[in-house]
Amino acid sequence: MLEIKNLHVKLEEEDKQILKGVDLTVEAGKVHAIMGPNGSGKSTLSYVLSGRDGYEVTEGTASLDGADLLEMEPEERAAAGVFLAFQYPVEIPGVGNMIFLRTAVNAQRKARGQDELSATDFLKEVRAKAKALKIDAEMLKRPVNVGFSGGEKKRNEILQMAMLEPKMCILDETDSGLDVDAMKLVAEGVNALRDEQRGFLVITHYQRLLDHIKPDVVHIMAEGRIVKSGGPELALEVEHNGYADILAEVN
Amino acid sequence: MALPQAKQTATEERLAVLRMPDAGCTRKAREAALERLRQMGLPGRRDEYWKYTRPDTLISADALPAALFVNDESPMFDEFDRLKIVFIDGVFSPEESDELSLEGVSIDRLEDICCKDIHWAKELYGVLEANGQNPVPRPLAALNTAFASDGVAIHVTGKPSKPISLIYRHASETSDAILHHVIRVESGAEVTILENGPAASRFNKCMEIDIADGGTLHHVRAQGRDHQRRAATHMFTRMGHESVYKSFTLTVNGVLTRNEQVVELTGDDAVAHVAGACVGDGEFHHDDTVFVTHDAVNCESRQVFKKVLRNGATGVFQGKILVKEGAQKTDGYQISQSLLLDGDSQFLAKPELEIYADDVACSHGSTSGAIDETAMFYLRSRGIPTREATDMLTLAFLAEAVQEIEDEALADVIVARLQDWLARRR
Repeated sequence: MLEIKNLHVKLEEEDKQILKGVDLTVEAGKVHAIMGPNGSGKSTLSYVLSGRDGYEVTEGTASLDGADLLEMEPEERAAAGVFLAFQYPVEIPGVGNMIFLRTAVNAQRKARGQDELSATDFLKEVRAKAKALKIDAEMLKRPVNVGFSGGEKKRNEILQMAMLEPKMCILDETDSGLDVDAMKLVAEGVNALRDEQRGFLVITHYQRLLDHIKPDVVHIMAEGRIVKSGGPELALEVEHNGYADILAEVN
Repeated sequence: MALPQAKQTATEERLAVLRMPDAGCTRKAREAALERLRQMGLPGRRDEYWKYTRPDTLISADALPAALFVNDESPMFDEFDRLKIVFIDGVFSPEESDELSLEGVSIDRLEDICCKDIHWAKELYGVLEANGQNPVPRPLAALNTAFASDGVAIHVTGKPSKPISLIYRHASETSDAILHHVIRVESGAEVTILENGPAASRFNKCMEIDIADGGTLHHVRAQGRDHQRRAATHMFTRMGHESVYKSFTLTVNGVLTRNEQVVELTGDDAVAHVAGACVGDGEFHHDDTVFVTHDAVNCESRQVFKKVLRNGATGVFQGKILVKEGAQKTDGYQISQSLLLDGDSQFLAKPELEIYADDVACSHGSTSGAIDETAMFYLRSRGIPTREATDMLTLAFLAEAVQEIEDEALADVIVARLQDWLARRR
């Protein structure tokens, strides 16, 4: 489904290489986790896949179901099925959460040649999905992420993901800033979306999240490359021994 | 002091093509206004108060032609039950207007205030305008008082069941209209005044509003969308004890607009909110000039102005809060902000506070900025295309000003219009 080959990325403004040849394939129905020390390029990978400005791809490819992602605008990638749950969800004063969600859902439907969702159908769906994530009606009325707690922001990301039903979900440190209960809630939301057609790329610092979202494959990223891949046990190894052993072994 | 020659010449050239209407009881006020005008002269480029806006086309003998803006939009405020008063190129149209009768208010044409002996209107005409000439001269308002050819006198004595809607249609490409309205809101009375339409190729409009103790006036205006129209408007508002004045103006298009608001809080505990939102694209110059005087205790004033500018459009804000000696417990707030959608557009702001009382809270702020790139990426990453995302963020930016409209249904109409206009791009 998601295929990344030899991806090299530098910062647009500076001569700084961040990704130095990432190879990664996420199959439909699988959950891949990426762990790695600070500054290893995990978040950059998520931004490059979703099309954020400021990065320059110097080599390599990234495609979703054969379509070249790197050629697409961010909104085209979204319509193609890419979703990034932000590490720091953005506050947008003046834009109501509900209007934002509805515009996004309908923009994607339109891009895919589907009819827009009627106001009633949309409302029904959003209420049901919000309820499962314990997001109350008041939160839906408020401006996007404004005045939301850390946990509320992350739950709001998952709600967007549930409404947009992407093919490829990229979660960038969704566990950061969450207490145990909030993390469980978010993980439940993610698990509810797991199915045969959907792929997940879960970026995290800690094994903790992976207790709740069970990965099929765990990758260790360091200095802009995936240096080791394995099963869920790799995450436990990191949890117990840190990254030093793995990095030493690789080097 | 004698006027500079150039100013005097420009003034006389303009006056030469104007004729004072045969105005009976307002004649004295008109002649006094003409005298005031001759003393101060029409505005010129060197005048400090006109530093950011070129007055040439507003003072020239003849109005520049303005093409009519033809569109398929439904008329503004059509959703509302309202009493319609229609002017076509500045001339009252009895055929297009509703019957001027509504419980709680009496409405007369300006030309009838003498024969009907409407005292309050005769006594108000030109008075607030004359008061508003200090400390800054407003010559176009004096010109208006002297030469206004039409207008209405609205006397609010109760709480009319629906808004009074002044509609200004533009029919001739060379029309040059001067309208003057006087409004008196009696103690405890409450009214909503709506205004919309381009009015004329060149429009000079003056409104004098006298709100008695405990009176309330809501004003919502949508200026016409004709691209080439020019307008200079003045609203002079005098406010009594515990009175409320809330005014909102929406401007989309128009090659030149200068809106002046002169508010005087003369009774304790009065509340004045003056707000505006404008969207300009290309040949667009919009100037909000506001002067709020606190001359009583415990009054509140708010000025909230937001401008969205692109393709070389210019926005101007000159806003002042003057707190006179003894006007203690004043709460004054002023914010003017612009969203510049490209590097060609500009926003020129001059916020001023002048305070002679020591127990007051006054604040002012002014900012210019571009679209927030982070917010933009967030929206796009959710599948919202750039153009739609820009419109969403633009509306969000304008929201603070639109929220000043108290009536939610009216605010919703304004938002819907803005959405539609942004989508049309013209």
